[in-house]
This record gives sequence, structure tokens and C-alpha cells, in this order.
Amino acid sequence: MGGWERFVDTFFKPALIERYWPAILDGMWVTIQIAAAVVVTGLALGLLLAVIRAYRIRPLTWAIILCVDVLRALPPLVLILLAYFGLPNIGILLSAFTVLWLVLSAVLAAFTEEIVWAGITSIRKGQWDAARSTGFGFTGALIFVVLPQAIRLAIPPLTNRTIAITKNTALGSVIGVAEILNRATTAQSVEGNATPLAMAAIAYCLLFVPVVIAGRWIETRFGWRRA
Amino acid sequence: MDLLIDQFFNTAIMAQAWPILWRGLQMTLLLCLTAVPLGLLGGLLVALAGRVRALRWTVVALVDLLRAVPPLVLLLFLYAGLPFAGIHLPPFLAALLALGLNASSFYGEIWRAGIDSVGHGQWEAARSTGLGHRQTLTAVILPQAARAVLPDLVSNTIEVVKLTSLASVVALPELLYSADMARSVTYNASPLMLAAGLYLALLWPLVRLLARFEHRSAGSR
Repeated sequence: MGGWERFVDTFFKPALIERYWPAILDGMWVTIQIAAAVVVTGLALGLLLAVIRAYRIRPLTWAIILCVDVLRALPPLVLILLAYFGLPNIGILLSAFTVLWLVLSAVLAAFTEEIVWAGITSIRKGQWDAARSTGFGFTGALIFVVLPQAIRLAIPPLTNRTIAITKNTALGSVIGVAEILNRATTAQSVEGNATPLAMAAIAYCLLFVPVVIAGRWIETRFGWRRA
Repeated sequence: MDLLIDQFFNTAIMAQAWPILWRGLQMTLLLCLTAVPLGLLGGLLVALAGRVRALRWTVVALVDLLRAVPPLVLLLFLYAGLPFAGIHLPPFLAALLALGLNASSFYGEIWRAGIDSVGHGQWEAARSTGLGHRQTLTAVILPQAARAVLPDLVSNTIEVVKLTSLASVVALPELLYSADMARSVTYNASPLMLAAGLYLALLWPLVRLLARFEHRSAGSR
């Protein structure tokens, strides 16, 4: 067998591609579902936490800072294993899908809170004063004047962070969520061939290269325009 | 409440697991101390190669591919896929290579932004004093670039340290792998909590430092 044929036979064996592409496609669908759920809940929760922090209620602020710091410092895989193997021992049974969704949402919420809060603190005091002088209360000024500007500033870093965290859906394979990587490693151990892993890598590229390119575009589009 | 303490904060089990967690922590530190410099250096090469016109699009394509593939997929490909092509990497090398490649693509973008932020006049001024191209880069441009993007470099370093935990999936006996072994032997999550505590001890100072950077840059605006 020549070098090229051997390479194709190892990483792109046509028979295996044909056998496993439906499974990989199913895996892509699961990955998309988790990613979408994580993006929605993570961003919403993070935004809510940043708004709560803006009221500067001491005990709440400290609680938020503590949670955010811990979630930023711990590897997500540690949290996933803790939740998946630890919680059943105290009587809380969650499916692998739920554990993955909750952990990644919490991590995304932590980063979102930090980024949006940095945006809120960078809005000049004059914006607050002007909004208040037109008759807005604190909440009105926050929601209608300060937050829209803060979110605009937050979009580029938030995009990159969101992409990085949705890629962590691959960690679900460790606890048996049937996403792309999980299907590929199962197939790979059955067949004794690297083709399913190569298919998984290609599937991730198909899903995330457009997102990464869109992220680049968003970065230049919103990049240096200060509110 | 007693159940919670027994299952997550069991000091007897933590003490029992400590020796293997300590060895795991050393392995994690070794991986960090090799992967971070490798990524910083690789990233610098990526940023510099991106400045060469002939290489620019190849570099952009490679970086985008590496940013699109989850690091765990890359790691499993290197560790479990390459043996079929006759290339057998031990777990440590596979992890180091996967982290190094992944980190290079992210550090590369940061270095690029840093180098771009140094004004063109700095190059011209340095060259006019008689410095060569390489001296200009290392003595004048890079120190200023590093200072400009220091928060991003710290932020990505935190991510790389967190990513070392992925090596547990390919059975490298680092901190998380050791803790999960202890967890599966004792049927108790306390070793994982101890590992979480060690990761916190390692990374919390960096996270705080980063929060201060962010606060300062917001305040100066």
C-alpha cells in the first residue's frame, strides 16, 4: 500500500465514512441543541447578575464576585465531574445533558457578568446624570441609557468568550452525552480506525469555522467604536 | 447537611487522597510550565509569520481551524488517532502538543494586536539609531507590545492552565485524573472538592489580578 492510500485508509476510509456519517450528524444536532441552550441561559443569567450588581447592595455584590471568581478559576471539566458524580450521592439525580447545560451556562454567566459589568463601569458619570435629569429613575437610567451602551462595548469580548465556552460542549463526551465527540470515540473504539475522529474534527470545523469568522467580523465591526 | 459534609467535605477521605493529589498537582504544574511558554513562543511565531505577506492567509486559515476545533478533540486526535498512522505519542507529549497548538492560535491573535498597537514611528526611530530588524523587534517593539496586551496574556494563561485538566481524559496522572481516581475508589466527591480547592489556590490570584486590570482600564476611560 502506498503512503497516500495508507493515509486515506487511516483517516478517511470511505466505508467507515458511509457507515458513521448519520451518527456524526445526530451528534452535531445534539451539540447544536446544548450550545443554543447554553448561550441563551448563560447570557441571560450573566446580564441579570450584572444588573443586580449595578445596585451596589453589599452582600449581593460580594456573593456575585465570589461566585464569578470561582467559576472563572475552576476548569469546567472539574465542575462537570463534581456535579455528575457528586450530586447523586446527596440525592440529586441529573441527566448528563442537564449537568453539561447547567455547568456551561454557569460558566458563561460568570464571564458575561464580568464583561458587562466592565462595560457598565466604563460608561461616564455624565450619562447617568443626563438620564436622571430627564426624569428617569435609577432603574430607568440603567436599562434605557447605560445598559445599551455597555452591551455594545461588551459585544466583541463576549463573542469570543461565548465561542470558547460553546466549544466546551465536547467535554460532554466524558460523561456520556451523545454529542459529536462521544459518537466519534465510540465508533473509533469499535472500528479501530481514526476515520471517525477525523470526521468529528471536520464536523466541528463545519460548525465553528463560520462562527469564528463571524466573530472576527464582529470584532472589527464593533471593535474601537467607543460609546 | 451532614450528608453534604460527608459526601463533599469529608476530611478523612481528603487526607487519605492527599498523597496522590499532591503528585497530580506536580504533574499539572509541569504541564503548565511547559505548555504556557510553548504557547507564548508559538503564538509569537504565528503573529510574526502573519506579518509576512506570502504567509498571511495560510496563517489565518490555520489559526481559524485551531480556534474552531475544541481542544479535547485535538487532544484525542493526537493521542488516539495518530497511533493508527504509526505515530505513538505518550500522554504527556500529546497533551503538551495539543495545548501548545491551541494556545499558540490564541496567544498569536493577542501578540498580533499588541504588535499592531505599537506605532510605526517606533520601528523607524529604533532602526535610525542603528538597531537591526531583530534587535528592534526584541528590544523595542515586543516589550511595548507585551505591556499593551498584558491583561489578555494573563487571561489566556488562565485558560491554558484550566485546559491542562483535559489531560485527565488521556490518563495523564495530573491533578484532575488523580482526584477522579480517588473519587471512583472511595465513591465520595471529596477528592474532587480538594482538587477544586487546589485549582482555586493556583488560579484565584490570577483571576483577581485580571479583575484589577479590567477595573483600572475602565476607570481610565
